[in-house]
Amino acid sequence: MALLEIENLVVEFQTTTGMFRAVDGVSLKVDQREVLAIVGESGSGKSVSMLAVMGLLPWTAKVTADKMTFNGRDLLTLSDAERRKIVGKDIAMIFQEPIASLNPCYTVGFQIEEVLRFHLGLGRKERRARAIELLTAVGIPNPAERLDSFPHQMSGGQCQRVMIAMAIACNPKLLIADEPTTALDVTIQKQILDLLVKLQAEHGMGMIMITHNMGVVAETADRVVVQYKGRKMEEADVLSLFENPRSNYTKALLAALPDNATGDRLPTIADYFKDGSEIAGAAVS
Amino acid sequence: MSVVLEAKNIVRDYQLPGGLFSKGGVVHAVKGVSFSVEKGKTLAIVGESGCGKSTLARILTLIDPATSGDLFIKGKKVDITKGDLTKDLRREVQIVFQNPYGSLNPRQKIGDVLTAPLVIQGNVPADERRERAMMMLKKVGLGEEHYNRYPHMFSGGQRQRIAIARALMLNPSLLVLDEPVSALDLSVQAQVLNLLADLQDEFNLTYVFISHDLSVVRYIADEVMVMYFGEAVEYGTREAVFADPKHDYTKTLFAATPKADPASIRARLARKNAA
Repeated sequence: MALLEIENLVVEFQTTTGMFRAVDGVSLKVDQREVLAIVGESGSGKSVSMLAVMGLLPWTAKVTADKMTFNGRDLLTLSDAERRKIVGKDIAMIFQEPIASLNPCYTVGFQIEEVLRFHLGLGRKERRARAIELLTAVGIPNPAERLDSFPHQMSGGQCQRVMIAMAIACNPKLLIADEPTTALDVTIQKQILDLLVKLQAEHGMGMIMITHNMGVVAETADRVVVQYKGRKMEEADVLSLFENPRSNYTKALLAALPDNATGDRLPTIADYFKDGSEIAGAAVS
Repeated sequence: MSVVLEAKNIVRDYQLPGGLFSKGGVVHAVKGVSFSVEKGKTLAIVGESGCGKSTLARILTLIDPATSGDLFIKGKKVDITKGDLTKDLRREVQIVFQNPYGSLNPRQKIGDVLTAPLVIQGNVPADERRERAMMMLKKVGLGEEHYNRYPHMFSGGQRQRIAIARALMLNPSLLVLDEPVSALDLSVQAQVLNLLADLQDEFNLTYVFISHDLSVVRYIADEVMVMYFGEAVEYGTREAVFADPKHDYTKTLFAATPKADPASIRARLARKNAA
């Protein structure tokens, strides 16, 4: 049984000019111990579809799907109270801006321990010990002292490590990483990606990696979903996606990588759709 | 070939203010950097955040003075603390910033954004200002209908085009690009890089291109300088730096850059299955 299964997910936002469809019929599956990457440009609906899974969308959003189950439980009919027991415990999420996603008014130790208290009901000493253990696991030096640091006293890479520590605090079955390294330097990006892949293998988690960076996909994913304007363009295992992309959009994305530049000019998406063919029509299911 | 920009041993220190209980200190942001760029060429400066690359950009664009060292623009020594910064000199060097959302005034129409440099320089009548702004809009791939719009009506890629247009209004010879594509999507990034290459050919522009993305640098640069904690640890032609990196930091940087070719994916999957 798949860990997360989504069929025909549609997310619409109410705007002054009518409904805006951000996600348009996306289906995907994540198995245990699998890393799925969702790639797309801004506005492709990749974050919105995962926020819908987490139940973090504002009230203006209308979420419909034929099926949305996590570990056999239906996420569509779940009450808010039940959802809160799953979110943060069995499904955890890491966001793009590590410094913005931590609360500046509390120490990182308090924020990690809050998760442990809420979901696991651990006592004070146990929480402290577990928090130190977690910070050690994500590679922060002097963990016992760093627990009393505030987010502004840490670097961006360290804040992201704290976010990862919070996310894995309850040994989640599924970890959703939303552009976890976009705000970081390449050398730090490498460290964070290595850490995520290592933790994923150790804990046997399923992981969804949301990114727009093809390099990150190549370095982490088992399977890849390519999204464009809310629709799924292509789904393939990572090797065949890079070796043999089927959809025109994926071809265009790969060609736009400066690494693959052959001539003087970089091909752009428009070059692949000169004949005016509707890009969605080129989708391969 | 004439050298447009030459820097000799540029140093920039920042004084930290001392408080009641703490003593002030000095941050050495740039520690003696030298280089030169020829006309029509691109020098890329690579490094991670905090290595002093943006400080260097501010010095090159004559926004901040260097603490010591000599800066030559078109062979003339420039020291802005001595009042060398004339309008003519300002015309020579322009900058494009990283974040196109932050670098345009939200209350200023695009037409006003583009004509402002001409107003400051003086001597250009209003109808000519308008005409030149319209021409520049078309050069960067926008249209005349965009003249009266506000920045919020544009996407990130379009805004970066506007920022580039603004920088080119005075026909500068040197353009400093401070991470111009790092806030943009991959396909938009490709368009903006193409635009920069076209403009360089057309106006024979000299670029100082600051970036942390090695794949972009490899695509656009003629020469590469790698900075690390305020020092230039590697400086050479693109071919030399990419083929044979000398310094340990450059090697780390290359190793950390994600590789998107099938061979390295295959190697990674093999490692994973073996584990």
